[in-house]
Amino acid sequence: MIFSLEVMLQLTIAIPLLAILGIIFARKNPNIREGITITASIVLLYIVINLYQSLLSGKTVNVFWWEIMPNLSISFSIEPLGMIFALIASFLWLITTIYAIGYMRSHQEENQTRFYSFFALAICAVMGIAFSDNLFTLFVFYEVLTLSTYPLVTHAGTDKAKQGGRVYLGILLSTSIAFFLLAIASTWFITGTLDFKQGGIFSANIDKTIAGALLVLFIFGIGKAAIMPFHRWLPAAMVAPTPVSALLHAVAVVKAGVFTILKVCVFIFGLDLLAILPTTQFLLYLAGASVLLASLVAMRQDNLKARLAYSTISQLGYITIGALLATSSGVIGSSMHIATHAFGKITLFFCAGAILVAAHKSNISEMRGLGRQMPFTMMAFFIASLCIIGLPPTAGTWSKWFLLMGTLEAEQWTLMMVLILSSLLNIAYLLPIPFLAFFPNISAKNNQGAENATTNIQIKEAPLASLIAIGIAALACLILFIYPNPLYELATAILDTERVTYGK
Amino acid sequence: MISHLPVLQVIVPLMAAPLCLLLRRAQLVWLFALLASSLAFLISILLLQQVMTSGVISYELGGWEAPWGIEYRIDKLNAFLLLIITAISTVVLIAAQTSIEKEIPKEKHTLFYILYLLSLTGMLGIVSTGDAFNVFVFLEISSLSAYALIALGNDRRALWASYQYLIMGTIGATFILIGIGLMYQMTGTLNMEDLSQRLPQVAQTRTVFTAFVFVIVGVCLKLALFPLHLWLPNAYAYAPSIVTVFFAATATKVAIYLLIRFTFTVFGLSFSFTTLPLQGLFLTLGLAGIFVASSAAIYQKNVKHIFAYSSIAQVGYIIVGISTSTVMGLTATLLHLFNHALMKSAIFLALGAVVYRLGTIQLSSFHGLGRQMPLTMAAVTIGGLSLIGVPLTVGFVSKWYLLIALIEKGWWLVAILILLGSLLAVVYVWRIVEAAYFKEPLAGSMPVKEAPMLFLIPIWTLIIANIYFGLDTRLSVQVAQSAAQGLFGVSP
Repeated sequence: MIFSLEVMLQLTIAIPLLAILGIIFARKNPNIREGITITASIVLLYIVINLYQSLLSGKTVNVFWWEIMPNLSISFSIEPLGMIFALIASFLWLITTIYAIGYMRSHQEENQTRFYSFFALAICAVMGIAFSDNLFTLFVFYEVLTLSTYPLVTHAGTDKAKQGGRVYLGILLSTSIAFFLLAIASTWFITGTLDFKQGGIFSANIDKTIAGALLVLFIFGIGKAAIMPFHRWLPAAMVAPTPVSALLHAVAVVKAGVFTILKVCVFIFGLDLLAILPTTQFLLYLAGASVLLASLVAMRQDNLKARLAYSTISQLGYITIGALLATSSGVIGSSMHIATHAFGKITLFFCAGAILVAAHKSNISEMRGLGRQMPFTMMAFFIASLCIIGLPPTAGTWSKWFLLMGTLEAEQWTLMMVLILSSLLNIAYLLPIPFLAFFPNISAKNNQGAENATTNIQIKEAPLASLIAIGIAALACLILFIYPNPLYELATAILDTERVTYGK
Repeated sequence: MISHLPVLQVIVPLMAAPLCLLLRRAQLVWLFALLASSLAFLISILLLQQVMTSGVISYELGGWEAPWGIEYRIDKLNAFLLLIITAISTVVLIAAQTSIEKEIPKEKHTLFYILYLLSLTGMLGIVSTGDAFNVFVFLEISSLSAYALIALGNDRRALWASYQYLIMGTIGATFILIGIGLMYQMTGTLNMEDLSQRLPQVAQTRTVFTAFVFVIVGVCLKLALFPLHLWLPNAYAYAPSIVTVFFAATATKVAIYLLIRFTFTVFGLSFSFTTLPLQGLFLTLGLAGIFVASSAAIYQKNVKHIFAYSSIAQVGYIIVGISTSTVMGLTATLLHLFNHALMKSAIFLALGAVVYRLGTIQLSSFHGLGRQMPLTMAAVTIGGLSLIGVPLTVGFVSKWYLLIALIEKGWWLVAILILLGSLLAVVYVWRIVEAAYFKEPLAGSMPVKEAPMLFLIPIWTLIIANIYFGLDTRLSVQVAQSAAQGLFGVSP
């Protein structure tokens, strides 16, 4: 590679921005415009992989941009957790772009230039979050991500989109300004720094009550993690076009949320401090409640995207639990779940979009027997469902395994039960969809009608570009089961330095 | 020449005002006023540089020595304010000619520039002078021209608004005069430095208490502190657009400067904040102002009204900063003076562009403007984000400092309230965003074009300043911090 590592790190943020210029410049010609997006995402992925290799070889990269206020700077560095996030986001940007080309064109959406521009801006924000060296930088990009995704959520421009956008922006901005910012400012005031540091930045004699209160502010303030009761924005955001729901609201935005929680838990508080804070247990139960309740709500949703949205809320709860458990298995499980859930969920959303485009169906009750018409999509749906549930042979197995290990290590029996119960609920609300799609006559009252219907059905799948994307994403779920080592190594490397002991 | 800068700062616009009469042609007058304002801007930059490097400048008017003659005294606080006022005035004037063509009858154009320059003179005079009576003189110059400027608005309600402001402003000015008179009676001096030395000896007298109350109430009327704000919304809403921009960005700032000058320098910190319960009063009124005015802003139908109420709310933040009576809190206040001037001038100028194209400023007429005037609406949106306090804009910087100041003070509840207050800003800003981007244009309304370049250039200059000073805070933070330290007598 001709560039130095520092330059490459900055390029990860610059490339999406450059792509925006190109997209706007080529707005008259859709083929060139989409070509630019794809090129940008390939280059971005290439650079992130390069950075990944340098991380493996043990090099450290630090980039300092400028100081906004004394001791508050915009600066970036590379560490394993951020690398996981950046790898997923850049890889899935490429796939989603491929998917979006098929989806947006066959759906004849308007304002596609605006769509691709803000999409790229959101990716820029995600890269900024992933590589941020301090909490302040992270916060800045966190807000950029909120604002850049607003035009995507409201893409349709209808009253419903406007309503969804209101809830989306209202909750995400409110929580981040009212709680997150307050927590950041207080942390800065107490410690004098916001740099992410292994083992946390609070000194050993910090008042446990204050630190506990700050933890609550952080967890509530990071609204993107969708912990109940601040989860309403996620279902509301489902008015967005499917590629947006897929990448942003199943992967980038929500993962930015749980990623931030992990960062705060590991690098601001430190696991040792986290374990002895008085509020940790309360927040664990809150996240547990979020997991269970969201699963129960998901069961009652007939709209496929809504069901997937609640499923996402539930899965985010897993990651938050893993972070708050303050054990190494918990952190490993959480960070792996960021990746495995990303692949599983994006496949599910892609499938939902494909069904909408090809069969014009968005309700689960109408999807009975759809397996004959869209066998490929439904197979992918099945694989991805297994991945979310955490069954072999899919990647989700590993992350759920470590999360369960984490609850055992921390001796949180209730939470262990919650996780197991929720996985059963996952089975109950996800698997029937592909099952009934392939075997419509089981338990169907009017066998006759179903039989007639199936004989006439031709195979009619989504556009090829979308199918390719679905295939890759589903394949990734399988590959990560057989070959989870790179992911596991990154996840273990997060904690792989000396820790500081607290309160002893 | 350099040594005469403090007085030139005031004299340049003062002399330029009557000269406008000789030029007669509106275009020429405009260019001339722009030139005068730019010159004042240049002087203020030089003054700031001088103050930052070599400390306080004291200038004796007519060569009369300080306690007897009038002293012009420029420290970091004054220089900072002078910079804000002249910078905004200059940028705003670029758009003035285009804007008033639509809003003010042609024969009154020259009059407009004369009044504008006089008003500028008054504000610059208030800030530069170190003499309490001189403050009153300049206050009247700026106020009288302000009443006339507001009355120039083509809406008939402008007259009523101007009259309201006239009554309230006169009461305020009279109160200030009474206060100054009482102080003179007790100390025999009008020089501010001198006053600050002599007042402590007579501090425990009823006369000084009375003087203090008169001055504070008078100043608070001028700066529209809740509940003395009633004159402001209509005055802003019905004045010609350029006048709104100019006053929203500068007039209340000057009044806040007076408040700081009187409480911190003339009466002194210990008198204002320990002898008298100013802290609790300011904190309560500031917070009440934030919530009452922000909530009122949400229900307005006239977009100028929305931002006028928002200005009252912003005054609340500024007053809360003062009420902390710490260096950090005062830094936040001074930063917000600067930052708020940037955001409000950008927003109101963009609204001026809307008035130029549409002739109306009702929220319903904003429907569909996101497509028709994309650059103007983008400016309103970015200005609004800055008002909310989103990172990468100036609004965030001052909010951050205020937050730290409150945490430092241990006022957690206030910190939370401040943040909740900014959520109200989200609501009223978003009403405009939704109207502009999501609603279809009203049936029967004529499609409009983007604003002319003479609007777009100053608007976007200000917007870029909003972002630039949100990223590079060295200038604003450094000046605000050292000015605040200066007021507390801490050597930097």
